[in-house]
Amino acid sequence: MGISISNISKSYKNVKALQDISFEVKPNELFGLIGPDGAGKTTLFRILTTLLFPDHGTATVAGFDVVGDYKEIRKNVGYMPGRFSLYQDLTVEENLNFFATIFGTTIDENYDLIKDIYVQIEPFKDRRAGKLSGGMKQKLALSCALIHKPKVLFLDEPTTGVDPVSRKEFWEMLKRLQQKGITILVSTPYMDEAALCDRVALIQDGRILQIDTPKAIVKHYPKPIYNVRSDNMYQLITNLKDYEFNHSVYPFGEFVHYTDSRTDFNPTELQHYLESKNLKNIEIHETDATIEDTFMELAK
Amino acid sequence: MRFPLSWEMNMQNNNVIQVEGLTKMFGDFTAVDAITFDVKKGEIFGFLGANGAGKTTAIKMLIGISNPTSGKATVAGFDVLTNPNDIKRNIGYMSQRFALYDDLTVKENITFFGGIYGLSRKRIKEKSEALIKELGLENVASQLVGSLPLGWKQKLSFSVALIHDPKIVFLDEPTGAVDPITRRQFWEMIYKAANQDTTVFVTTHYMDEAEYCDRVSIMVDGKIEALDTPMKLKEQFQAESMNDVFLKLARG
Repeated sequence: MGISISNISKSYKNVKALQDISFEVKPNELFGLIGPDGAGKTTLFRILTTLLFPDHGTATVAGFDVVGDYKEIRKNVGYMPGRFSLYQDLTVEENLNFFATIFGTTIDENYDLIKDIYVQIEPFKDRRAGKLSGGMKQKLALSCALIHKPKVLFLDEPTTGVDPVSRKEFWEMLKRLQQKGITILVSTPYMDEAALCDRVALIQDGRILQIDTPKAIVKHYPKPIYNVRSDNMYQLITNLKDYEFNHSVYPFGEFVHYTDSRTDFNPTELQHYLESKNLKNIEIHETDATIEDTFMELAK
Repeated sequence: MRFPLSWEMNMQNNNVIQVEGLTKMFGDFTAVDAITFDVKKGEIFGFLGANGAGKTTAIKMLIGISNPTSGKATVAGFDVLTNPNDIKRNIGYMSQRFALYDDLTVKENITFFGGIYGLSRKRIKEKSEALIKELGLENVASQLVGSLPLGWKQKLSFSVALIHDPKIVFLDEPTGAVDPITRRQFWEMIYKAANQDTTVFVTTHYMDEAEYCDRVSIMVDGKIEALDTPMKLKEQFQAESMNDVFLKLARG
């Protein structure tokens, strides 16, 4: 029971939030929607979770139409919105009980599904949700989204603002949930998280830039990329941008990722050019494209 | 770890931040536990740590809004304990939460912050024109900041944090979920500022951004557990990326 999206568009006044979006999420797939703030990720999530009507197009979730069968969808999906949306004044246990009751079930009935996650916050079960740390809130929200044993799980930017340790733990939890047969659509602005998904859609300004496995996406990158480094980063970037043959120049940590507009590019020539600008300790070597390189090339 | 050889020697080394044994206790909880480090003029210094590691408490002491329990620190040449107000005049500060006023226009925000830092009207006008031109905001200068895309707001608030030509600018998780091109434009602005000898002190949760810094410190449970260039830290921890370095340290 996956997700099928056909030609979905949605506008708010004159902002085109989604423009003719189509893709499929296969049953039991861990699918990533990767894009920055304002790309349209949350709008798509709201349409798929029946909280918003599309202007055009159709979509089904777990086989149900997002408009006609909205009640069925609500019973069959779990949704963790980007903003913490549990009851701050209820305790951890009360929140979980509340969501179980709403869906006509009990904590005991589906405890197996949430056990791994819930045991980590159980020592604080009498604490009000509003008093939890960021990482604990996230675990509680995930528990609440899972307590009715949904077929499809929607997670809207679950790791935004979370430190690397909690992020890693969260992705390990998602992998375990996938093994339990749940289809997962997760959105994130962190490009490095794309590698953890089975397939990803890159999205910007309401349009899908590309859909594929993370490995295939970086393979599609059209040009050789070079890591360039020198003793003065600012001057290096400025000089590379002034170089008449550059195709793209992007800072990447200790290096600059450089691509050349020519097909017969010779790094030695670039080396000489940079030396003529008085840069020292110049290093130029070919490197592999990352998801971010692909994203920037497509978004250019 | 790199400790300063001696306090006096470092004063001559153009250190704009010097911290020795800085500690903050809340009751019997030690939030910041005797941290010692220095930051040089024009350096881009990454200050990392997991949630709750003590970063925010440490920064509050450095910008003069929280008194240390013990230890000492000078920032821009002023002691955090005795001259906190001089520090505030000589630093810039930008965070994701508090940056600009959404219901003031671009120009009004610049004028407001210029005024707060005591710039003359003439100077504010010059700065304002130069800044709007440099950021390419001519067409939106009279629009409310709230209506601008996040990436533009970030670039504008960084420029505003530099309006009084501070010696140091503190960036507290400055880059949110903006697109990767905008994020790089922002880092180019940081490189430019550092190239003009402004020290940049930055906290971030994006470990790939830590790789942009000249040196990086990582706090775990109130202590600085690692401090070096990203390249040397990766060597030291036999890690491929700063993310791996962080995970090795913070997971223990």
